[in-house]
Amino acid sequence: MAEGQGLVIDPMSQFQIKRLVELQPFGIDASFTNSSLMMVIVIAAITLFLTISMRGRSMVPGRMQSIAELSYEFIANMLKENVGSEGRKYFPFIFSIFMFVLFCNLLGMIPYSFTVTSHIIVTFGLAATVFITVTLVGIFRHGFKFLSLFAPSGVPVFLLVILVPIEVISYFVRPISLSVRLFANMVAGHALLKVFGAFVVGLSWWGGWLPLGFITALTGLEFLVAFLQAYVFAILSCLYLNDAVHLHH
Amino acid sequence: MPQLNIADFSPQLIWLAICFVILYIAMAKVALPRIAEVLEGRQDRITRDLDEAKRLSEDSEKAKAEYEAALEEARSKAHGMVSELKAELASEQETSKAKLEATLAEKAKSAEESIAKAKETALSNVKDIAGEAAKAAVSKLISVEIADADLKAAVDVNLKGDA
Repeated sequence: MAEGQGLVIDPMSQFQIKRLVELQPFGIDASFTNSSLMMVIVIAAITLFLTISMRGRSMVPGRMQSIAELSYEFIANMLKENVGSEGRKYFPFIFSIFMFVLFCNLLGMIPYSFTVTSHIIVTFGLAATVFITVTLVGIFRHGFKFLSLFAPSGVPVFLLVILVPIEVISYFVRPISLSVRLFANMVAGHALLKVFGAFVVGLSWWGGWLPLGFITALTGLEFLVAFLQAYVFAILSCLYLNDAVHLHH
Repeated sequence: MPQLNIADFSPQLIWLAICFVILYIAMAKVALPRIAEVLEGRQDRITRDLDEAKRLSEDSEKAKAEYEAALEEARSKAHGMVSELKAELASEQETSKAKLEATLAEKAKSAEESIAKAKETALSNVKDIAGEAAKAAVSKLISVEIADADLKAAVDVNLKGDA
């Protein structure tokens, strides 16, 4: 941001956590921050959108009801294609993940709002939730046999010595790759928007038009990324779930 | 980078957990069942309407077939009636024609008979008249009375070629 002397670009200040209400129950910092506020707004927006748009329960849906039904069928089909009919009972979970990420990404696009998913700890928390859920599903469905996920069948024994560690590492890297992908996309996009926004201000009316055009295109791209990353997060969750349900090897 | 500030981790994680659990419950208990209900209702309705449409189309198909059968029957019946009538008329005509021919033939026959009778009478009259004339002529010419039997024989001989 241009503050005082010359062009000062500070694209990271938008990610600053601000404590709105200090809360320290049992000595743990559980303060209500700007991030918490956005999360509350996000879940309220999702719930209100889905309940209000479906209030009419009309046979011929209106615009809003169509969007709600579309999002439902979008995730339901994704789950059916990637996991099959056994995935049906995890539908609320995958749907919640998708809607949460999507709304965080989209509402983060509003100027001066806060992008919850631009924090690695949040995306890691979501990814860890998916990881733990998927692992528990696998263990409860298959018990000890779940470990066969790490040992592909029909592979010579000497190869297993190499393959099993690779499989184990790739399994435990999943929550990291899942969270870093979303986090990095969000941070990069928003930082870039901020940088070009600073250019527009810094170059003012005689030179700011070029970055203004760029920022406009970039905003469109960011909306695409916002949707795409929510989609990627949800579909990878489905694939991991499929592994746990069917033990793909 | 504010994202790496460890002190900010716990409030974010705690609020993420709270919000996500609330969202999950809201989705699983309220929002999704409601959408599912509407979608299922619509699917049922569509299936029902399709069934109804299929039934109606079958009904109309059946009605059409019935109508066509009735039409065909009426047509063939009418055709039968016409040909029957035609045959009746033809046979009637045939009999009346035969009757007419028979009466005509009878009339012709009786006429022929009467003609033949008339001819015969005329012929015999001619003989008498010829005899009379010959007798009168002979008596006038040579004043001889010819016996009736001779006269008749002479006439018969002379008229034989003409008869």
